[in-house]
Amino acid sequence: MDGSPAAGKSVRKRTLTERLFGGQEQVDTSPKVADEVKYTTCYMCACRCGIKVHLLDGRIRYIEGNRNHPINRGVLCAKGSAGIMQQYSPAKLTKPLRRVGERGAGEFKEIEWDEALGLASEWLGRIRASDPRKLAFFTGRDQSQSLTGWWAAQFGTPNFAAHGGFCSVNMAAAGLYTVGGSFWEFGEPDWERSEYFLMFGVAEDHDSNPIKLGISRLKARGAKFVSVNPVKTGYSAVADEWIGIRPGTDGLFVFALIHELLRADRIDLDFLARYTNAPWLVIRNPGQGDDGLFTRDAEGNPLAWDAKKQAAVNALGVDVSPAIAGEVTLPDGRKAVPVFQLLAERYLDPSYAPDEVAKRCGVPADTIRRIAAELAHAAFAKQIVLDQPWTDWAGRRHDKMIGRPVAMHAMRGISAHSNGFHTCRAIHVLQMLLGAVDTPGSWRYKAPFPRSCPPPGKPGGKTVAANTPLGGMPLGFPLGPEDLLVEADGTPQRIDKAYSWEAPVAAHGLMHMVITNAWKGDPYPIDTLFMYMSNMSWNSAMNTAGTIGMLTDKDPATGEYKIPRIIYSDAYFSEMVAYADLLLPDTTYLERWDCISLLDRPIGSAEGPADSIRQPVIKPDRDVRPFQEVLIDLGARLKLPGLTNPDGTAKYPGGYPDYIANHESKPGIGPLAGWRGEDGESHGTGPANPRQLDKYIEHQCFWHYELPADQLYYKHANRNYLETAKRLGFIDKAEQIVLQLYSEPLQKFRLAARGFGPVQPPDRERARIEANFDPLPIWHMPFEEAAVDNDTFPLHAITQRPMPMYHSWGSQNAWLRQIMSHNRLYMNRRTAASLGIADDDWVWVTSHHNRVKAQVRLMEGVNPNTVWTWNAIGKRAGAWNLAHNAPEAVRAFLLNHVISELLPERNGYRYSNSDPVTGQAAWYDLRVRVEKADAVEAGETAPSFPPLKTPPGLASPPSILRYGADFKSRDAAEEGGK
Amino acid sequence: MTSYVSPATGQKQLGLVIDLDTCVGCHACAVNCKEWNTGGHSAPLPDYAPYAADASGVWFNRIHSFEAGEGDDSRTVHFPKSCLHCAEPACVEVCPTGASYKREEDGIVLVNADTCIGCKLCSWACPYGAREFDEDAGVMKKCTLCIDRIYNDNLDEVDRVPACVSTCPASARHFGDLGDPNSTVSRLVAERGGFDLMPELGYKPINKYLPARAARKTAGCTGAPAALEPAGVDGAKGLLRWLDRALSR
Repeated sequence: MDGSPAAGKSVRKRTLTERLFGGQEQVDTSPKVADEVKYTTCYMCACRCGIKVHLLDGRIRYIEGNRNHPINRGVLCAKGSAGIMQQYSPAKLTKPLRRVGERGAGEFKEIEWDEALGLASEWLGRIRASDPRKLAFFTGRDQSQSLTGWWAAQFGTPNFAAHGGFCSVNMAAAGLYTVGGSFWEFGEPDWERSEYFLMFGVAEDHDSNPIKLGISRLKARGAKFVSVNPVKTGYSAVADEWIGIRPGTDGLFVFALIHELLRADRIDLDFLARYTNAPWLVIRNPGQGDDGLFTRDAEGNPLAWDAKKQAAVNALGVDVSPAIAGEVTLPDGRKAVPVFQLLAERYLDPSYAPDEVAKRCGVPADTIRRIAAELAHAAFAKQIVLDQPWTDWAGRRHDKMIGRPVAMHAMRGISAHSNGFHTCRAIHVLQMLLGAVDTPGSWRYKAPFPRSCPPPGKPGGKTVAANTPLGGMPLGFPLGPEDLLVEADGTPQRIDKAYSWEAPVAAHGLMHMVITNAWKGDPYPIDTLFMYMSNMSWNSAMNTAGTIGMLTDKDPATGEYKIPRIIYSDAYFSEMVAYADLLLPDTTYLERWDCISLLDRPIGSAEGPADSIRQPVIKPDRDVRPFQEVLIDLGARLKLPGLTNPDGTAKYPGGYPDYIANHESKPGIGPLAGWRGEDGESHGTGPANPRQLDKYIEHQCFWHYELPADQLYYKHANRNYLETAKRLGFIDKAEQIVLQLYSEPLQKFRLAARGFGPVQPPDRERARIEANFDPLPIWHMPFEEAAVDNDTFPLHAITQRPMPMYHSWGSQNAWLRQIMSHNRLYMNRRTAASLGIADDDWVWVTSHHNRVKAQVRLMEGVNPNTVWTWNAIGKRAGAWNLAHNAPEAVRAFLLNHVISELLPERNGYRYSNSDPVTGQAAWYDLRVRVEKADAVEAGETAPSFPPLKTPPGLASPPSILRYGADFKSRDAAEEGGK
Repeated sequence: MTSYVSPATGQKQLGLVIDLDTCVGCHACAVNCKEWNTGGHSAPLPDYAPYAADASGVWFNRIHSFEAGEGDDSRTVHFPKSCLHCAEPACVEVCPTGASYKREEDGIVLVNADTCIGCKLCSWACPYGAREFDEDAGVMKKCTLCIDRIYNDNLDEVDRVPACVSTCPASARHFGDLGDPNSTVSRLVAERGGFDLMPELGYKPINKYLPARAARKTAGCTGAPAALEPAGVDGAKGLLRWLDRALSR
């Protein structure tokens, strides 16, 4: 249908006379750009950049970055620049839908919102009145988890999480338990001052504009940028040095660097003594229940050995001369050693020498030695001294700020391995040994971080009762076995088995296990799966074909679906839509209110905390509602306590904006930190301000609090900063946050595995917990690699993120899909030659689980043991309103098809394919073999699934787009009218 | 054919300087160009079969990614390419109607859509493949250096640069007067050894490329030694060195 808004008018062909004798061109160099410019926040990926939307004749003329915004400072990536085509995507859903055929057949009828919400509240109300756990509420990449998590708690189900379990929980948990912050969302390199930048495996669609801005800044200053990544694309392509490491071995590489630094004694002992738990005394009492715990005084303070007093003293005290090595005997006769000694003993071991790890990592030993020398040189020989006085946690004034200008960053390539938690902790340990945490030139916390290691708040859900809110938020940070969500016999209490012995520190849940577990009824069957914005039948699933089967499988005895009801909300016709029983169509990001909250995934920087909003810049032309609006409406219909007044009326009749401005998670703290209080003059904390959103709109839709110069570094130990953080409501007490080289909570799980304590793991779990809950970082072979025959599956297979795409979203975008509509399997030229594979050949990629067919592209810049492809380009035929023969369906593929959500069976049990500490999906552990396909098999990728049927209400996509033609003819009309 | 007089030395020559050292191939410039220009001076920039098998469209700026070299010395190159606004543009010389022209006042090469007959001679002549034919309208289109932005009184002065320059997250695109040897962009070209694309063809492109900086992966490249010297004996005795270290909190 070419008459769609995006199609534009046809341009009239000019006559020959006009063409030949048109005369000299008059160029209008000052055309009107906009009737109105509205500020809001981008949502073409997770960056959350500030944007200016230029509106002309009620349509979007142009979207650009906001120069004043702290995230993107005026720039905008390919995705953000393609927002117009997302807004006019023909895959937009248009009306609530109810399934009428078999699930998955795509047979729907359109229904009114009243019916849709009535139905949802009927289903959910019944669950809440009986067993609230039977609602599994999982949201995808949404940016309103403080609302959705709170809603789940009000409903009373512990079965809530977002997508972090298959994204980056290893980074988040390792960082929060170790340094009280993390890479990406809670920290960033000091781009202006760093001399040396070490980057590990980064998803290039995450934090993309800040990193690009930062790398160009670093390079302009002549700092060295080293990229550790099996694939040399994107950022790695512009690195001064590329380390093409073998996937899953980064931990060993980091240990070898640590080994070299320790061996040469090129470490920052002052930093370790002052800011980390290096001097804390660890009890050495093998075989007993206190082995490996910190010695503590009667008040619970950890102890250190004071070298001058020759006595164990409060390690948190001020006038301590702590010993960092040497076993001591405590007054009660027990032996103890400082953390640093345990650390040094561990990593000085010859098994971590560069020569020992080089082969496994695929990095020459000389290179490892040189990188270690370069790190030490940058940290110590290039030490930064700022003439900036500051006051430490104990009130001592320092004239200068000393900087160790070595910065690090890590993301997916570390996170998505089953050893990712420990590897990420290893990187943080390396940073601490160099004294390079929140100093000038190093990695820095983004306010509101740092917070305590880990932050307060334990997972809620130990007891669940009908019509009763949960006793806390569903997600939190366990400090030991007593905080797990398990029955007395160790059975998991959550449907995804988060916070069970299989994934004790599952701080983001295990979304990748929900469908499998619900289908199996393990640990119990559910009634309704309620999901938002997550393509769990396709590119967000491991074992795609199996997942589709589970979503449609019926109990032969009853004829009922094994997952009885599925409610799904999405703005677009994603692959998941076909599996909804009830579909609630969401709006686009330009049609909605949102808050990017400090309570959720904040946009703060090292310079200060920030939050922001989205405001509707155009009105929907369809019968759709913002999901958050729907959630608040449903909450009121269900009479959830936090969403209902005592008289039974809705607490937020104004919907989501009403909630944003008026909800308080505790007195004085709400979703937005800016312009609080009746007068709008309070920041951080203060009473709700009904005009708060107006204030945000007046201020270009963001709030940014700039920290004074004396609070910009050493935030974990900077008194003035800590007091600011307390005043703004980020932390409860303005106390030093001591960084944790040694993690005592991990040891507590290990002691339970040894039989100590009241909360005991099932016997099956003991050895696994013992091995994986080492309080110092360890490395183990990725589980899949350890479980399969490596002669049969000799290669690693991973994905990379195309910078112009965000997950599956880009393929419906007319502009972005012209950049990438299919993907190849990339292989090292020499590896391919050894297998008899030539460029452009079609191959089968086979794992222990399944196989995919793809076309090969050979390259140089890839680790020889690794094959890779672009993530989420493959689409199911019919989805996203693309033609059935679109390249996304016939020449693109997903690696998801060959990744299993379960590890191979061992001793009669199949664990989830996850990190054993956090439950992070280990989809980078994949092992495959690659074989040339028969000639007759060339031409199309496999597997291929039956095309999805277009849901009602979607128009046929246009055959030509002339977007913008109307703006031109408008100019011509104005010109003619003059 | 159109007679064409080369610009005099010192004449204003607006153009782009593209830094291959920091371009990460993100396509921001290409897409932002598309969204500005599809509603701008050359509107629209049509897209054919946009949701079907063979989607294609008019883009004024395209990114080419390729590898150069072998093994450890290979480089992944991201190479953005748009009209280079040549000082001696073949496209202008071959245009039978005078529709293709180079502006005297700033050197920008434009196509007058009203006199273009869509014969495509210019696209055959352009050695850089920088011309984009709008089949729907039957006219040739191309990069205008955002002529409707750079002089636009309706925009803040800071925004009066081409969309690709304004949006580039890697600071890899610079805009200015390359006819003025003292301009910021000319000095940047001089400092960084900026080069012409295919100079041997003689079209004297105005746009310049800055080369990638040399890789730094040999011992001594940062001033650091090749390896650290051990501080003492290895093994368990190595711990002794920290036993008596006087530290304070």
